[in-house]
Amino acid sequence: MGGEGLGWKDLEIGFVVTEPGNASSYKTGDWRSERPIRENERCIKCGLCYIYCPEACIHEDEEGYFEADLYYCKGCGICAHECPRSVISMVEEKEE
Amino acid sequence: MTKGKIVGLEGSFAVAEAVRMANTDVIAAYPITPQTHIVERLSEMVADGDLDADFICVESEHSAMSACVGASAAGARVFTCSAGQGLELMHEVLYIPSSMRLPVVAVAANRALSAPLSVWCDHSDVMALRDISWIQMFAENNQQAFDLTTCAYRIAEDKDVLFPTMVHIDGFYLSHVIEDMVLPEEEEVAGFIPDYEHPFVLDPDKPVSMGCYGPPFIYPETKKAQEVAFDNTRSKIQAIWDEFGEIFGRHYSPVESYKMDGARIALLTMGSCSETAMLAVDELREAGVDVGLIRLRLWRPFPFNELREAVKELDLLVVLDRAISFGMGGPVCSELKSALYNKREELKIVGFIGGLGGRDIQISEFKYMVTQAQEKVKAIERGEEVETEIIGVREGGGR
Amino acid sequence: MIEICIYGRGGQGAVTLAELVAHAAISEGKHAQSMPSFGPERRGAPVLAFLRVSETERIKIRAEVTEPDVLIVLDPGLLQVGDVVSRLKKDGTAVINTMKSHDEMKSELSVNKLATVDAMSIARAVLGLPIVNTTMLGAMIKATGIVKLESLEAPLEERFGKVATKNIEAMKEAYAGAVVS
Ligand code: SF4
Ligand code: SF4
Repeated sequence: MGGEGLGWKDLEIGFVVTEPGNASSYKTGDWRSERPIRENERCIKCGLCYIYCPEACIHEDEEGYFEADLYYCKGCGICAHECPRSVISMVEEKEE
Repeated sequence: MTKGKIVGLEGSFAVAEAVRMANTDVIAAYPITPQTHIVERLSEMVADGDLDADFICVESEHSAMSACVGASAAGARVFTCSAGQGLELMHEVLYIPSSMRLPVVAVAANRALSAPLSVWCDHSDVMALRDISWIQMFAENNQQAFDLTTCAYRIAEDKDVLFPTMVHIDGFYLSHVIEDMVLPEEEEVAGFIPDYEHPFVLDPDKPVSMGCYGPPFIYPETKKAQEVAFDNTRSKIQAIWDEFGEIFGRHYSPVESYKMDGARIALLTMGSCSETAMLAVDELREAGVDVGLIRLRLWRPFPFNELREAVKELDLLVVLDRAISFGMGGPVCSELKSALYNKREELKIVGFIGGLGGRDIQISEFKYMVTQAQEKVKAIERGEEVETEIIGVREGGGR
Repeated sequence: MIEICIYGRGGQGAVTLAELVAHAAISEGKHAQSMPSFGPERRGAPVLAFLRVSETERIKIRAEVTEPDVLIVLDPGLLQVGDVVSRLKKDGTAVINTMKSHDEMKSELSVNKLATVDAMSIARAVLGLPIVNTTMLGAMIKATGIVKLESLEAPLEERFGKVATKNIEAMKEAYAGAVVS
């Protein structure tokens, strides 16, 4: 996450964080026990998965299909639940 | 020294005048007895165009402080006021501007807490706010209500302070009393409180994150930083009061004394009963009792050094609390004991509780406290247990 | 320092009376303090207000007046409620709104100095309202001389705006009509 080594003298007044958007350096991908996989043949490119993802980690590729960034994807399964075409299914993460 | 003009002003209106002269940008407040006249007067000023501020009509005190936090984070000069139950409803949010170092200014018209329902004055509401990390001070009369509110802006907004600041005025005893006071020239007050700039404000061109999440790996560091900064405000508070004194001719310090020369006994008070206590000291001095009066002006940060200095020559300190810390006694008394622990073994401290829920405190009560405290010291020396006495409380039991 | 208790009922303006006199005294360069006997206002319920005026010394005491030098009673019915008169100082002055004759009131109350006026009739005639506080100002000033009659004009105007004139008239009528002995 960053900041673990900071002492109290290093903090800005009122614990203000001066680097906006630094939450993007926070890896939520390691919370995941299931990952979303897609069968894009059925995808109608409606973008609901993109809208519903609470991590905002789904992006659109050049062909207009959607893909999750696994650095952030926490495996919540919301995209799979919301997809009207059952494109997405959640599969257990394998031990590496 | 400044002229100003002598006016008859209600304590609430004196506060409103200070808020107006400080050119406050945003006021968010919810009316509650006995603070109501402050809010009413301010909303009138805004409606009449006498004060160019946004008056946010909120639906509760919780919302009032939330709106203050937002406005202050955007860099506005912000004011609110409340009392009793209102401060309690606001309580959750009170910790936010202090932790975020937002210089909100507030006035509390001190009131008892329910149940039973009481709109009258005591310090139960103040004592519930001890740990909110706001600078807190007590006014003894309407002049001080004006002066200290004016100073509160300067103190809160000082770049070496940046903590919210609260002025306590006793409900009814100041909020509803009209008395003569000096209202300074507007330009002079404006000169004393220049515009301020917070190092961090909500600004789309210079984005920052405020009020972030604080996981265990960083939370203690944020609190240490807050405690150190809060402790360090003491010298600034005095410096600003000194500057105020030079301009306006009225001087304030964290601990103020009255007739302490040669005193072996001292009463200790906070707020509107202090001048009544002075009259008791006058009468006791006349009767040959070596007694003086210590008034705690600054309540937070606690003025340890000034207090220790004030009690140096004393044998007996008699403390009046206007609240009960249930199961612990008088909250001010127990704080004083802890502040003076190991400092002067021979000093005896005897606490009384009085003025609860608006029960009047007359000169005679202070004289009673001084006499009675000396008896209690004898009992303590005999090794007896001495309870904290609630002055004038009826025993009953005959039914 | 002169200490005054004003007894009235919620809505009769006891607190306002105390405030008006405080403003008048301060405008004369005196020290003054008006203090309501605190509580939520309820129309008709007995209400007590306090007033202190001091020529030279700042007023320090912030507590209720327990032994007044002057007692103002806006509603004669209150003489029956509690110990309204008993706390008045021995050499004190009572100013009472009553329809009874001065002599009758004098025989009923054992006070050093008594001022009576039928403020209710004056208020009804001049203001068209049964609110006697401003009328009673006249009687109070005649009995005590605590401030000048003229000093009340500015505070009355500040407080009542357009209808101040009538209130000033009622005050002056009571000043003329009050019997003091
Ligand atoms: S599983 Fe959850 S976090 Fe991952 S892409 Fe789907 S909605 Fe986003
Ligand atoms: S919700 Fe399903 S159908 Fe819609 S874009 Fe996402 S994967 Fe395709």
